[in-house]
Amino acid sequence: MSEVKKAATRESYGNALVELGEEHEDLIVLDADLAAATKTGVFRRAFPDRHIDCGIAEANMTGVAAGLSTCGFVPFISTFAMFAAGRSYEQVRNSIGYPHLNVKIGATHAGISVGEDGASHQCLEDIALMRAIPGMVVINPSDDVEARAAVRAAYEYEGPVYLRFGRLAIPVMNDGPDYRFEIGKGVVLREGKDLTILATGLCVHESVLAAEQLAENGIDAQVINIHTIKPLDEELVIKAAKQTGRIFTVEEHSIIGGLGGAVAEALSEKCPTKLTRIGVNDVFGESGPAKELLHKYKLDADGIAERIREEMS
Amino acid sequence: MTDLELKQAALSVRKGIIDGVHSAKAGHPGGSLSAAELFTYLYFEEMNIDPKNPKDPDRDRFVLSKGHTAPGLYSTLANRGYFPVEDLLTLRHTGSYLQGHPDMKHIPGVDMSSGSLGQGLSAAAGMALAGKLKKKDYRVYVLCGDGEIEEGQIWEAAMFSGFRKLDNLCVIVDNNNLQIDGPIDQVCSPYPIDKKFESFNFHVINIDGNDFGEIRRAFEEARQTKDKPTAIIAHTLKGKDVSFMENSVDWHGKAPNDEEYKIAMEDLRKVGEALCQK
Repeated sequence: MSEVKKAATRESYGNALVELGEEHEDLIVLDADLAAATKTGVFRRAFPDRHIDCGIAEANMTGVAAGLSTCGFVPFISTFAMFAAGRSYEQVRNSIGYPHLNVKIGATHAGISVGEDGASHQCLEDIALMRAIPGMVVINPSDDVEARAAVRAAYEYEGPVYLRFGRLAIPVMNDGPDYRFEIGKGVVLREGKDLTILATGLCVHESVLAAEQLAENGIDAQVINIHTIKPLDEELVIKAAKQTGRIFTVEEHSIIGGLGGAVAEALSEKCPTKLTRIGVNDVFGESGPAKELLHKYKLDADGIAERIREEMS
Repeated sequence: MTDLELKQAALSVRKGIIDGVHSAKAGHPGGSLSAAELFTYLYFEEMNIDPKNPKDPDRDRFVLSKGHTAPGLYSTLANRGYFPVEDLLTLRHTGSYLQGHPDMKHIPGVDMSSGSLGQGLSAAAGMALAGKLKKKDYRVYVLCGDGEIEEGQIWEAAMFSGFRKLDNLCVIVDNNNLQIDGPIDQVCSPYPIDKKFESFNFHVINIDGNDFGEIRRAFEEARQTKDKPTAIIAHTLKGKDVSFMENSVDWHGKAPNDEEYKIAMEDLRKVGEALCQK
C-alpha cells in the first residue's frame, strides 16, 4: 500500500504565497511575530522587501494592511485564527470590511487540531465572526491542493477574503487531474441516496472515510466539500437536500454560526430539511495531540460515522 | 495663502460645521471646531491634492482617525471644491453620502473610512509604508483626538511607525483637553503626550493648534525631518469661535437647536467682521 501524502494547509499557504509573489509584485505579506508558524517564512526568504513583520500587534497589522491596500498593494495578513478573527475582529470589520478593501486574511491554527496549545489558541468561532461581516468571503480548504488554489483565487478576487488554515498535516485528496477550484462552488465527492454530508476543512477527508464505513452498514451517504462557507453554494445545498432529504454538516468549528449555521439558515428558509450539525458543541477545546482531540470530539471518521449511525437508526 | 486668507477659509469651514450639524440634529461640533485651522491649513496650503482628481496615486493622504469630527473634514472638503457646500445640509440624513463618520467608498476626497477610535494611525502608517516601498514622495497626515490616544492600537501604530522610520508620516493630535466624560486628565490621562511620542521615536512639535503661523512652521519642520515620523501636539480650544461651545464638554456630540444655531452663526459673523477690519 502506497503511503498517503500529507501536508498542513498552513504549509500550502506559505508555498502558494511564494508562487504568487513571483508573479505579482503588488503582493505583500504581513506577520505578527508568527512567520515561523504561519509558514510565511518561505515568503520572507524569497521576498524580504515585501514581508513586513509587525511584531505582536495584530490590531495594528490589520490597519497597516488596510492602508497598504488603498495604495495599490494586495496584502495578506498572517496570524493564528484566534488573533486574526478574534483579537482583530473590529479592525477587520471597520478598517477592511466596511470600506471593502482588497485585503486577504491568512488565518492559520484554526480549530481544535491546534492540539497541545489548548483552548486559548483553538479558535472555534472564526467562521461565525467572519461570515457575519458584509462582503467578506470565507474559505476553509480541505487539503494542500485546495489551499494553494484558494490562495490564488483569493488574490484574483477583488475584495476581502478570510482564508482558514490548519496546523495539522492532513491527507492530500484533491490531486486528480480534473480538480478545479471556484470560490462559492461546492464539490460533490461521493454520490449517495440516503443522506448528504456537507463538510469543510480537514473534516472533508474524514467525512469521505466515514461514508465508506457507513456503506458497510448499508447507509448510502453523499459527501460534498463546502470549501467556501460564504458565499454558500445554496443551489448545491438545496439540490442535495431535495435529493436525499437528510443533511449533516461536519466542521472543526463551533456548531454555532459556522458551516452548520450557514446551512441551517439557507435550508430553513428555502428548503426545510432535517439537519444535524456535527462540530464542537458550544464548549472550549483543550490540550492534547491533535489526532486524539479529533477522536475525543468525534470529528474523525469513526466519530462522524458513529454520530450519523445514531441519528439514522 | 496669507494667514488672513487662511483665517477666512477657516471661518467658512466653521460655518459649514454648524450648518451641517444643525441640519443633522446630531453630530460632533466641539472637536470639529477645535481642528478647523488644522483642517484648513492641510487642505488649502499643506497637502499636494487636486479636488478634481481625488484618487491621484501620487497625492498626499489624510486620515481622520478621530472620525466623529467628520463635519470638520466634510466642510473643509466642500469648501475646497470636492463637492457642493450645499450638500453639507444633508449630513447624517438617510440616503445622503455624507455619513455620520467618514466613508471612503462614497465621499470624494476621503482617503480612509474611520470612526471607530484608534484605527486611523495604523491605516496611515500602511499608506506611508506603501509610499516608501514604491519610492513615491507623497506624504501622509493623520489627525487623532487627545482622548482617542487612550486606545492601545494608537501605540501599536506609533511603535511601528517609529521603528520603520516613516518620515513621510505626520500625526497631529488635537489636544483640546476634553473627551465625553470630562477633561482628559481627569478621565484617564494620556499626558505627557509629547514624551510618549518621543519615546516611540517620533520628532515632536508642540504648537498652538489654532494659530496659522505656528501650524505653518510645524508642518515645514515636519517635512524637513528625516528618518523619523513627526507628531504635532496641537493645543486647541474645543468649540472655538462659538461662544457657548468653547471649552465645553457638553458640545462634544450635540447639535444646536434653532435658537442656538442663530447665536452660533452670529458669533461666526462677528469673527468674520473682525477679520475684515484687519
